[in-house]
Amino acid sequence: MLTNETIAVAMSGGVDSSAVAAMLRAEGRNVIGLTMQLWNQRRLSGHAGMPESVQGRCCSIDDVYDARRVAETLGIPYYVVNHEERFERDVVRPFVEEYLAGRTPIPCSLCNNHLKFDQLLIVAQQIGADQIATGHYAQVTFDEQLGRWLLKRPADRSKDQTYFLFGLTQEQLSRTLFPLGGMTKPEVRELARKHSLVIAEKPDSQEICFVPGGDYKRFLEAYLTEQGDQPVAVGGEMVTTDGKVIGEHAGVHNFTVGQRKGLGLATGSPLYVIQIKNDTRQVIVGKDEDLYSRALITSRVNLISCAEINEPMRVTVKIRHKHQPASAMIESAGPAEVRVTFDEPQRALTPGQAAVFYDDDLVVGGGWIDNPPQP
Amino acid sequence: MLPFYGEHFGNASSIHHHGQETRGAVERARESVAMLLGCRASEIVFTSGGTEADNLAIFGLAQPGDHIITSTIEHHAVLNACKHASTKGCEVSYIPVDARGLIDPVDVKRALRPNTKLISIMLANNETGVLQPVEEIAQIASKADVYFHTDAVQAAGKIPIDVNKIGCDLLTISGHKIHAPQGVGALYIRKGTRLDPMLHGGTHERSRRAGTENVPGIVGLGKAAELAATGLQNGPDQWNDGSDARPRPSIPSPRPEHEDRNHDDLRTSSSRTSTFKMAAMRDRLERGLLNIEATGLNGEGASRVPNTTNIYFDGIEGESLVIALDLKGLAVSTGAACSSGAIEPSHVLTAMALRPERAKASIRFSFGKQNTDEDVDFALSLIPETVARLRKLSPVWSGASAALKPHQSGCHPERSEGPAVLRTVPKPQVLR
Repeated sequence: MLTNETIAVAMSGGVDSSAVAAMLRAEGRNVIGLTMQLWNQRRLSGHAGMPESVQGRCCSIDDVYDARRVAETLGIPYYVVNHEERFERDVVRPFVEEYLAGRTPIPCSLCNNHLKFDQLLIVAQQIGADQIATGHYAQVTFDEQLGRWLLKRPADRSKDQTYFLFGLTQEQLSRTLFPLGGMTKPEVRELARKHSLVIAEKPDSQEICFVPGGDYKRFLEAYLTEQGDQPVAVGGEMVTTDGKVIGEHAGVHNFTVGQRKGLGLATGSPLYVIQIKNDTRQVIVGKDEDLYSRALITSRVNLISCAEINEPMRVTVKIRHKHQPASAMIESAGPAEVRVTFDEPQRALTPGQAAVFYDDDLVVGGGWIDNPPQP
Repeated sequence: MLPFYGEHFGNASSIHHHGQETRGAVERARESVAMLLGCRASEIVFTSGGTEADNLAIFGLAQPGDHIITSTIEHHAVLNACKHASTKGCEVSYIPVDARGLIDPVDVKRALRPNTKLISIMLANNETGVLQPVEEIAQIASKADVYFHTDAVQAAGKIPIDVNKIGCDLLTISGHKIHAPQGVGALYIRKGTRLDPMLHGGTHERSRRAGTENVPGIVGLGKAAELAATGLQNGPDQWNDGSDARPRPSIPSPRPEHEDRNHDDLRTSSSRTSTFKMAAMRDRLERGLLNIEATGLNGEGASRVPNTTNIYFDGIEGESLVIALDLKGLAVSTGAACSSGAIEPSHVLTAMALRPERAKASIRFSFGKQNTDEDVDFALSLIPETVARLRKLSPVWSGASAALKPHQSGCHPERSEGPAVLRTVPKPQVLR
């Protein structure tokens, strides 16, 4: 069954979202292309260590040009909407603050929650589109019995992006289409070729869109300098798990749990970051086996397949994008808080990352990994 | 214009007869433009558009060490040229505007320095249409022995322009703003003004602008100038008499058509589209839109060109309104587009001290000669309902009375509650 409702496609200028626009257009839908202008890529250029010119990146003029070309090819209306202010407030600043607090943030989830499936959805509705479609690899279905919208992993497991979508509310899911959920990446490229889209061979983007070259430390320093903040006095001690001070560091934002390289320590056996203590600014280092633990608490939990967790539930849990989901029990630990207990200890539970709960293909929900309780 | 793409293809600078034909056409166009501006033909330099003319005026005069006075509301062609000049050793002062968008000549006078070389203040603002006191500024410049340039891109063809009455030394016009093709413009340079060219090459344009002339464009500009002059004859002698400075009704009260400032007779009797007619259409649109609750005129209380109006609709995102209207076939704009095509907050409205939410809720409506009363009807039928829909979906709109309170739009609902527009979960409508 097809309806002739208008659908806004979030177009980044890449292969995936372009293919979505092409598919929906071919199905005869009313399609409007929208690109969100989120970050001025030239804003920090010229700051120490930042590239002078940036190309082929999200929100770069090249990408907007590509998206516009695709829209022209498909004969759909296309607009660029400016959400730079909101992006900085809801994504970039939290990103910076999380690092300065010794955590490891995921800006893509924040962007999905606060921009793509919030601001863009509002714009879409205001201009007459009831739904938005994106190029994410995920699936949405409505379950009559549960009366809930469900988020599922895509057919192409290697492209699964559900980890970044755990924050979507029922309202947001009800207005969202993921047309690529049943396709593989090669199929998507083939579709782009078939529609003669100029971006058919464009390489996939991997990095955080506003951090050129993936060098987040330089980005933090450039951003803080621009804001007139000193790259904060976040230096502190490097301490072993048994409390011995073995060195100093220049800032907690240089570290992430599980990190081995760049610790600036010369010791016989390899050392890893085990924990970053926000209050004392101590970076705790230890052996690889010290990285393993079985329990974590997640907060700001969003549940998708159920309204609440009344009793302990057996699930698999993914603690970073490339993590293989591991068996665990989850149980409520307070309002919007969930305790995760893994069957087997997991390596590097990293505060600031998300823990996403799965029931096979189904996303049960997810939350943000808290700092470990202070001993 | 068309013959100059084909049969009259001679290079205007060539000696042969083909070139001479073309040369004649270029010079006739120059005379037409001179006629529109009240100057001599020899004082007109053709350029690739308003931006080049503005740049030529600024970089042609200002040398490192010189001081330039301009305003915060100039077009980017002047603003960014001045910004660049400041990186090349020029000093630049930016004169602010009041809430109406007007520059106070006293501020210009106060900004003068011993090394001031150039004052560049626009004639009419492109976003609000507000006319600036250029004659007074020209007098200040003249007394101080400083060059005065005015960007008249938005005013040309809309109000009569006489460079001698204004007293400016340089004046910019742009082709497409007076219905000539895009990519052609002109700079008036008062005789005796020593100006370094920006482009170096042949001796075209009396060595003030090297490069083969854009003959079809120039011929088009000449014809457009001719038509603009005729159109203005059907209009009032001048518009900057403060007649626009009327109070807007605080209580919505649709007024009958025949009270339209007595323009109706002219509108129906004159087959030629005059600036009068443009003004009448603009006023009707303006009145209709200001009847919508929580709206207002940006530039209220100032004299304006007759084809532009800039209105804020509290509680909406201008960007969404522009897109929604465009999808229905009504082309309007807001602020200025950046290179990606995204809308940036208007520097003009910000300079007028509009709070950011209101600046973002502002829309600019411009009329051209092709617009008709039916277009106004269409706009008036479309905009109120669209604004109402946008407000209904707005997370920040909670009614006219609330919108009038400052900082109202600053509070966004907490994310956990979900956006206000998505409160109900709709039933599935599409089989996936």
